Amino acid sequence: MNNGEERRLNGEAEEDDDEDEGNGRGLEAWERTYADERSWESLQEDESGRLRPIDNKALYHAQYRRRLRTASATRIQKGLIRYLFVVIDLSKAAAEMDFRPSRRAVVAKHVEVFIREFFDQNPLSQIGLVTIKDGVTNCLTDLGGSPESHVKALMGKLECSGESSIQNALDLVHGYLNQIPSYGHREVLILYSALSTCDPGDIMETIQTCKKSKIRCSVIGLSAEIFICKHLCQETGGSYSVALDESHFKELILEHAPPPPAIAEFAIANLIKMGFPQRAAESSIAICSCHKEAKAGGGYTCPRCKARVCELPTECRTCGLTLISSPHLARSYHHLFPIVPFDEVSLSLLNDLYRKLPRACFGCQQTLLGAGNKPCPRVSCPKCKQHFCLDCDIYIHESLHNCPGCESARHSKPVAATEE
Amino acid sequence: MAPAPSKLYADDVSLLMVLLDTNPLFWTSSYLPFSNFLSHVLSFLNSILLLNQLNQVVVIATGYNHCDYVFDSSLATNQGSENGRMPALCYDLLQKLEEFLVKDEQLHKEGSEKGLASSLLSGSLSMALCCILFYDLDICTASLCLIFRRFFDQGHSIHNPGYVAIMNSIFSAQRSMVPIDSCYIGSNNSAFLQQASYITGGVYLKPQQLDGLFQYLSTVFATDLHSRTFLQLPKSVGVDFRASCFCHKKTIDMGYICSVCLSIFCKHHKKCSTCGSVFGQAQSDNESASNLKR
Ligand SMILES: [Zn+2]
Ligand SMILES: [Zn+2]
Ligand SMILES: [Zn+2]
Ligand SMILES: [Zn+2]
Ligand SMILES: [Zn+2]
Ligand SMILES: [Zn+2]
Repeated sequence: MNNGEERRLNGEAEEDDDEDEGNGRGLEAWERTYADERSWESLQEDESGRLRPIDNKALYHAQYRRRLRTASATRIQKGLIRYLFVVIDLSKAAAEMDFRPSRRAVVAKHVEVFIREFFDQNPLSQIGLVTIKDGVTNCLTDLGGSPESHVKALMGKLECSGESSIQNALDLVHGYLNQIPSYGHREVLILYSALSTCDPGDIMETIQTCKKSKIRCSVIGLSAEIFICKHLCQETGGSYSVALDESHFKELILEHAPPPPAIAEFAIANLIKMGFPQRAAESSIAICSCHKEAKAGGGYTCPRCKARVCELPTECRTCGLTLISSPHLARSYHHLFPIVPFDEVSLSLLNDLYRKLPRACFGCQQTLLGAGNKPCPRVSCPKCKQHFCLDCDIYIHESLHNCPGCESARHSKPVAATEE
Repeated sequence: MAPAPSKLYADDVSLLMVLLDTNPLFWTSSYLPFSNFLSHVLSFLNSILLLNQLNQVVVIATGYNHCDYVFDSSLATNQGSENGRMPALCYDLLQKLEEFLVKDEQLHKEGSEKGLASSLLSGSLSMALCCILFYDLDICTASLCLIFRRFFDQGHSIHNPGYVAIMNSIFSAQRSMVPIDSCYIGSNNSAFLQQASYITGGVYLKPQQLDGLFQYLSTVFATDLHSRTFLQLPKSVGVDFRASCFCHKKTIDMGYICSVCLSIFCKHHKKCSTCGSVFGQAQSDNESASNLKR
């Protein structure tokens, strides 16, 4: 079971794609032409001065090791409950096409990715979307905990026109964030395309009110650095950055998904009372309290007042209890039991001992032997000593959060007492 | 929690990762002997490979002490054996499975642990998800099929070591949009498998008539994800989303949650036993103030 090539599902389709593997994958047609335009960027010189395509795999892996190091260096409280407003600038500057196809489209695309990532990392947190258009701010979605409703609103028609106003946006957001419970962290993330702000009053005052209400404001600019944005972020403890290109923008926005270390100090630990409703059978019919209509199919029943709600997480309309499901909380437990970084197997060891070392990755069974039966770079788990390929290493630490080797061996697991 | 967003399936080529429960302690006491069970499963695997020549099947055995790949249709030797009386699939799989079971028993003897414990579902799930990573999900649709005999379950608490690992796998599958189908052979429903299927958008099934296991498997799990949208598949009979408190491991439907680490407690404590946070009383004053403002 160690011939990697044979495992490929569809040989022919694979061959066509081989060239743009890694950078052409999952791209739209227009993006691919864009990628082709900059084909020189994917070349590097080797020792003898010849041009070679960049070894993406090694590059990705190096990037990932760096992320892993910074993540383990700054261990912060992860279960923080954040209330974040994402403010999207839809002034006419957002229609500019220096980002392809336009700044607006690029922002919408990456905000969607950001929303999913945000809820993965902050399960009990809430997001609201606000847009600025014609100098007026508009609440696209209220604060809510379900990614789907935000994404749906984003996919709707977003048109750009007029000026932009930071003050109006801050005023609106301040009004909403002042109502949230005190254990929550108040944050605003402004994605700003314009180079100016057209305000009805004194913006400095607004910045001070935000500071007083402990609202952390961050800005990601899409054009150039602006003083007022920098001032806003400095005053409120947020971060200010300007994106150079699309991939840089994606990197910058995803940096806001994990809770920033600074806000941990604002946190007041508290116990929050919550209910865990059960999901009813798909065939049941009940009147829900959120839409006030009879609905067939699964819903959730509030354990305190037995009212029916359609979606979790939510607040019971009748008794005010916060309702969530236990898997929702479990999403963040991997932070409590982080998986150790794997060790890189040194090249000298590989060359000396490669006959004795495992030939296939423990996770995916792909061969760990490269061209000419030379061993490929690999990593090993310090606990179970199994070897993994670099792709699995990244997947295991960034998405799965389990070591397949450790999980598939029984070691002092307590004996179960009862059958369920 | 909303179920996984469904992807549009253009093609009906499927990659099926089958996780088999081979925990010998469960099968001995069964009214469905393991050999009968295997013949049902083998027919099922064969029928999937016959449905579309591009379909692929990978089987991972989940034992008491370890997990391993026992079959991969892309690597099948295709020679059959013993005068061609047995098709390649059965021969390969049975041979590997036998090796697997022998090794599992050896490991069992080495470890001196007594008593029944659940199979290593978290291990085989993790392996399967790593393996799926290497298939191009644009040209085929992957699904995980769990066939489990019985499941021991200490409740949904982080003190149950399997719990966090299994939930991690489920969320990772959800992110990759890989549905987890589960066929559970046992007397009560398994909350774990119900949640796994619900969260990832798969089907959970507890067959009533074990003699007709093949029928269940082939009508429910053999259908590719594209065709499922046209079918009336078994509907869920409700999912248990209750939690267990970290202090007494009781199943509760209402409780307190630490706002820092999200630990669950059944009653009010002064200090969080997981992360050590002290819960201030000043909090409640602020709270009422903000409530008044509303
Ligand atoms: Zn409703
Ligand atoms: Zn209620
Ligand atoms: Zn691997
Ligand atoms: Zn390990
Ligand atoms: Zn308790
Ligand atoms: Zn805590």
